[in-house]
Amino acid sequence: MAAGSRATFLGVPRILGLAGRDGGRGGADGGGGPGGARAGRPAPAGSGFLSGDRPFPDAAREALGDTQLRRNLAHATGTIRAKRARVVAELDDWEELRTAGEAVKRATLARLDEHLVRLEEEVTARGGQVHWARDAAEANSIVTELVRATGQREVVKVKSMATQEIGLNEALAAAGLTVHETDLAELIVQLGHDRPSHIVAPALHRNRGEIREIFLREIPGVDPRLRAEPRDLADTARAHLRQTFLRAKVAVSGANAAVAETGTLCVVESEGNGRMCLTLPETLITVMGIEKVVPTWRDLEIYLQLLPRSATGERMNPYTSTWAGVTPGDGPRNVHLVLLDNGRTATLADPVGRDALHCIKCGACLNICPVYQRVGGHAYGSVYPGPIGAILSPQLTGVERNASLPYASSLCGACAEVCPVRIDIPSILVRLRAEHVEERSRARVPSAEALAMAAGAWVMSDAGRFAAAGRAGRLGRALGRRRGRVSTLPPPLSAWTASRDAPRPPEETFRDWWSRTRAPRDGQARHNPTAPDDPTGREGPTAPDDRRARRARRARHDQETR
Amino acid sequence: MSAREEILRRVRAANAAAGQPAPPRVPRDYRIGGDHPAGHPELVRRLSARLGDYRAGVVPTAGPSAPEVGAAVRAALTLAGVGAADPVLVPPGLPDGWCPQGIVDDAFAASVLGGFAAVVTGCAAACAETGTLALDGSPGQGRRALTLVPDRHVCVVRAEQVVATVPELLARLDPGRPLTLVSGPSATSDIELHRVEGVHGPRTLVVVLVAPPPPAFPPAREPRPGVEKRHQT
Repeated sequence: MAAGSRATFLGVPRILGLAGRDGGRGGADGGGGPGGARAGRPAPAGSGFLSGDRPFPDAAREALGDTQLRRNLAHATGTIRAKRARVVAELDDWEELRTAGEAVKRATLARLDEHLVRLEEEVTARGGQVHWARDAAEANSIVTELVRATGQREVVKVKSMATQEIGLNEALAAAGLTVHETDLAELIVQLGHDRPSHIVAPALHRNRGEIREIFLREIPGVDPRLRAEPRDLADTARAHLRQTFLRAKVAVSGANAAVAETGTLCVVESEGNGRMCLTLPETLITVMGIEKVVPTWRDLEIYLQLLPRSATGERMNPYTSTWAGVTPGDGPRNVHLVLLDNGRTATLADPVGRDALHCIKCGACLNICPVYQRVGGHAYGSVYPGPIGAILSPQLTGVERNASLPYASSLCGACAEVCPVRIDIPSILVRLRAEHVEERSRARVPSAEALAMAAGAWVMSDAGRFAAAGRAGRLGRALGRRRGRVSTLPPPLSAWTASRDAPRPPEETFRDWWSRTRAPRDGQARHNPTAPDDPTGREGPTAPDDRRARRARRARHDQETR
Repeated sequence: MSAREEILRRVRAANAAAGQPAPPRVPRDYRIGGDHPAGHPELVRRLSARLGDYRAGVVPTAGPSAPEVGAAVRAALTLAGVGAADPVLVPPGLPDGWCPQGIVDDAFAASVLGGFAAVVTGCAAACAETGTLALDGSPGQGRRALTLVPDRHVCVVRAEQVVATVPELLARLDPGRPLTLVSGPSATSDIELHRVEGVHGPRTLVVVLVAPPPPAFPPAREPRPGVEKRHQT
């Protein structure tokens, strides 16, 4: 309970927490207020960088117009997909690992309260301090107060999705503190006054030439002859951050996992910036979502195989660090763990949607997604883009604040196939769409889509109406004469063609063609196609003559369409 | 209500709302043990190949004695580009003879650590399939900063420390200790997801394998007898 009272001491009377929320975008909806709760759910929504200021289709349209962005995305996601496929194929127990990875997460969430309490006990017993944060504002206040208590003005940071989510950098800057992102990609994003676009490689949308420009502009004393080569750019980052690491007294990190039974935290990284932050400073503050806890040390043997192969296509990432509380003479003397809710308990309340909390943030679903590959991460608005973002963000914020994201998918299912913990992303997307539609109908907001569906139902429920509607469609032949495709329909159908082409309607509907060419004979055959006493003497639609005629028709058709 | 109490209450309420799902049994039918026992020559060969893929250097010793390890460490330092007069850092407890010229860590400040050309350590265990070395800060390995700040790391791995799989590796480690798993030199894939070795951690990693020379190195991986060089920085 000491940790609980410490959290209260640190501060954060709720009212102050709410006032501080402006550090992040989208602070309008209260983390504490009942307005943020999913309908009928027991916990309020999260806040922070979890939604954009415009719907996905608008942002996506702009992104699609950026040819450089599309080239960068295609190149980077193509590279990583090939590497991932190669190293995943090496393991003949990959499916068993995925199944185990899913089961551990499911089992953990079913007893999440017990595991969190155990984690707190173990971390505290090893000299660490545990804090609890209901939402982004509270987490930001806790971290800000912890940094202030050290008397330091400067913080080094390890890349972390949780701190991106809560807008910690902005909150610390607002408190007058200087934050140094030390992951190369986060550094590129920070120096470029940009936003992350990928959960593993936040600067994926930038190519080497653009990164060189950013470094030349933002890092003092960079040689203007700097080449746009990954090797040279990485060396520049090393030189730039070296002194910062050596003098840093306070670091902030996230965590890939925390082991409840041992109080061990784990950070998986590549560059060594993580080790610098976790090892050299005197104070280490780790912000971790409550869903990251795993029950046993042994569970890490699963994720340390699934994560690196899925995330960067490596057999193992260069560096994995673990620590349990404080070790005298080795690393920070003050170790803090901030456990973050921020909409996670609201997500947990949905029997299907809660599986989104199984995510280990590998990014494989982004790299494989045909939508992400074309529009990139910014279009999703949230720090969690791609398929996982499309199911996680709306659940963390409440679907009303991310209403367009469940539709940012073609439901092709590739994401579920690559997911290392087998999250059924398409099913959760469909569920969220249903939730959104239900909410709209509860709120009595008729959408164009709902009206179209209602009209469609009326037409299709009557054969005569359906036939008439099909013939009416032929009027559309006035359009699309040149290419056989209609790229702009008149309103209200223009909503459909805004991002798609419609085919030019055919001269004849299928029903008309059927009754003209087939109806008299097949009409009889259909009633009793194989009856021996068939009065026409025919054997039904599979008679040899018939098959020949069909083949001839198909050949003619093929020739016409070729 | 404190944040702690409220979050725990929300978790319980959420699980209740979701129908109080029972925790499933975790099927651990993935591979736990490898195809060979720890220290098997095939595992040592595999570790060597994996390290090569990460562009780490590998130097096998002629035999297990301290002078033989010491000779291989000298070769490894030379391979890493360390001159005879360059200062080399070692942790307390490194076996005698492994690195006689080494200066023993005495709680040096981070900026002092940066002045060393290289650090020489042992390790706690290694995993062949992933090319991973595990350090746990016990004698001969030192605190975590030692293997981080100097630009070159020479790590001595004894054959019996080499296991096949990740589960076998973690089973040998104590989660109460500060652990570092190292798989090759520091690297980044942040620029166009293109891997580049050498960022903030040591840019050069050379592993000294204390084992009889493995029987069957692929010829291409043995540019000259005794010393295998994969990467120059």
